[in-house]
Amino acid sequence: MGIRLDGVSVSYGGTTVLDSLDLTVEPGEFTALLGPSGSGKTTALRTVAGFVRPDSGRVHLGGRDVTDLPPYDRGVGMVVQSYALFPHMRVERNVAFGLRAQGVPRNEVASRVTEALEMTGMGSYARRYPRELSGGQQQRVAISRALAIRPKVLLLDEPLSALDARLRAEMTDELARLHRELPDLTVLHVTHDQGEALTLADRVAVLDRARLREYDTPRALYDRPRTAFTAGFVGSANLLPARLEGDRVRVCGLELPVSPEDLPAGTADGAGLQVCLRPHRIVLGPAEHTLRGTVTDLSWRGSVHHLTVDVDGRSVTVELAGHRTPPGPGGAVELGFDRDDAVLIPVGEEP
Amino acid sequence: MSALAPPRTASTAATGSPSEPAPVRSGITVPAWVWAIPPVVLLALAVLYPLGSVISESFTGPDGGFSTRPYVDVLSSTRFRTALTTTVLIAVGSTVGCLVLGLVLALIIAFVPFPGSGSAGRFIDTYLSFPSFLITLALLFVYGTVGMANGMWTDLTGADSGPFTFLSTPWGVILAEVTFFTPFVLRPLLAAFAQIDTAQLEAASSLGARPARVVRSVILPEALPALVAGGALVLVLCLNEFAIVLFTGAKDVVTLPMLVYSSAILEADYTTACVVATINATLSIGLYLLYRSLTSRLGAPTDGGRRARP
Repeated sequence: MGIRLDGVSVSYGGTTVLDSLDLTVEPGEFTALLGPSGSGKTTALRTVAGFVRPDSGRVHLGGRDVTDLPPYDRGVGMVVQSYALFPHMRVERNVAFGLRAQGVPRNEVASRVTEALEMTGMGSYARRYPRELSGGQQQRVAISRALAIRPKVLLLDEPLSALDARLRAEMTDELARLHRELPDLTVLHVTHDQGEALTLADRVAVLDRARLREYDTPRALYDRPRTAFTAGFVGSANLLPARLEGDRVRVCGLELPVSPEDLPAGTADGAGLQVCLRPHRIVLGPAEHTLRGTVTDLSWRGSVHHLTVDVDGRSVTVELAGHRTPPGPGGAVELGFDRDDAVLIPVGEEP
Repeated sequence: MSALAPPRTASTAATGSPSEPAPVRSGITVPAWVWAIPPVVLLALAVLYPLGSVISESFTGPDGGFSTRPYVDVLSSTRFRTALTTTVLIAVGSTVGCLVLGLVLALIIAFVPFPGSGSAGRFIDTYLSFPSFLITLALLFVYGTVGMANGMWTDLTGADSGPFTFLSTPWGVILAEVTFFTPFVLRPLLAAFAQIDTAQLEAASSLGARPARVVRSVILPEALPALVAGGALVLVLCLNEFAIVLFTGAKDVVTLPMLVYSSAILEADYTTACVVATINATLSIGLYLLYRSLTSRLGAPTDGGRRARP
């Protein structure tokens, strides 16, 4: 069952929190809604769940207009950051809750509960109370509870944000496994963590200030961002001011050859551009194109070194993996990159 | 609090490590128990002695010696039995009314967003400070024998008296008690509802539970201790309520506190008054103990569940 939002707008007391959002999630697809806090991503998810009524626009689930349906008639599973387990019920009754509410025959409930708990590896915890479980276990129970009603659509609202880093990585793998095992389940996952979005999602919708900025596969967003916002929010990016001069782009004293399909649509000759360079694509020493600069800062992050280099008064971040002796502050360095690693994006934030 | 502070510092220093000398203050250290004397003396003078006198008076026979005779007399009198039945029926009826009304109102105030729900909460706080007879007086203005409703009726029909006489029946007392005591149920319920994570209600709703099921299986179980606490409080208060019963002016509605009042003040039968008062107090204390054991049992699963399954 797919999800389709048609020009959905929501505002609270004069503040627009969602500005005519159009979004289509194909059946069986895992879509991440990625954005900073206040970007409207949670509101978008809540319109699908039915907890927020859009001021205008329609919400469709599997081709059916559900805009006017209350949450309990929509049949979507939902998992939230705070787990929201019922504290006075044992795990098995928590998972059975949706089945009972939907009138599943009594003799079927027990087996469906076991099935849902096995799916998240919580089968042996059925008799526990939520407070007797760790955060990660509670989140697994919450996922089981949402999946027990066999929803066609699963909504995840920052489900991993309350977990520590190690558990978060573990649960990310868990969600990826569930997505593989339940190919018919459409998932909408709200997150501010780009790692989660890139790992899990088939497509990522990037939201910023109530609007959808880009909607594409993680790979495309990462390799070919079309806006400065996406470039900076999905992965990190060096954005260098540039200018189009004929069939060349001039940036920091270098000239990069361009073909028309590299350019953002409607870029006129002589217009300003930005060149996006990923920090880990830059190498020390000469390459196809070479920038020269002075190291201003060096920090060690375990597996990588972060080098800040001053190039013509612009600070450029470089991520060096596996360097035993990176150049220290004050040293002159050459930064090399290939033409393919430089992505041209427009100056403004609109695509 | 500040008065208690010096001896506490002194005593901890004295029992603490000897290497650190006690801070030099007045030089005289007062044992902690000395501080318990004034409140105990006050309590004894103001509460325990009068209470003791009432109880001892209730066990005094006509000859002035110890006797259970007054109890036998009172317990066998129909007047007392009727009063006891009336008291219990009115108290239970009012409590049930308060619980139902309080629950409905609390659900609306807490979960149905409407403009002014915050002011409603604050009004309840103010309402709790009203004297109980004020409500009865207000009801008398509207429904009393010379109240507005009956006044309108007699003006319109020219009859001698209006049809609204329920205020001087047990129903009138129950109406007044429900009106006055409902906030005592509302307050703890609203506090309990505020503790419930709205995400739980949304989760329940997305799982397919309609509002009635959400109330029944999520909200009520989590608010049960508050409901029991509010109900027990109201039950005890209703058993002992005097002003409301007096103000309704219902001659036939005699509750235990009314019986104490009429025996002691109107008939000068001090012994009977003391017997009834003692029974009334015992009833209240018994209910209070029952309530304590109930609430501690309701709170128990938190630890009990953990201990049962390590």
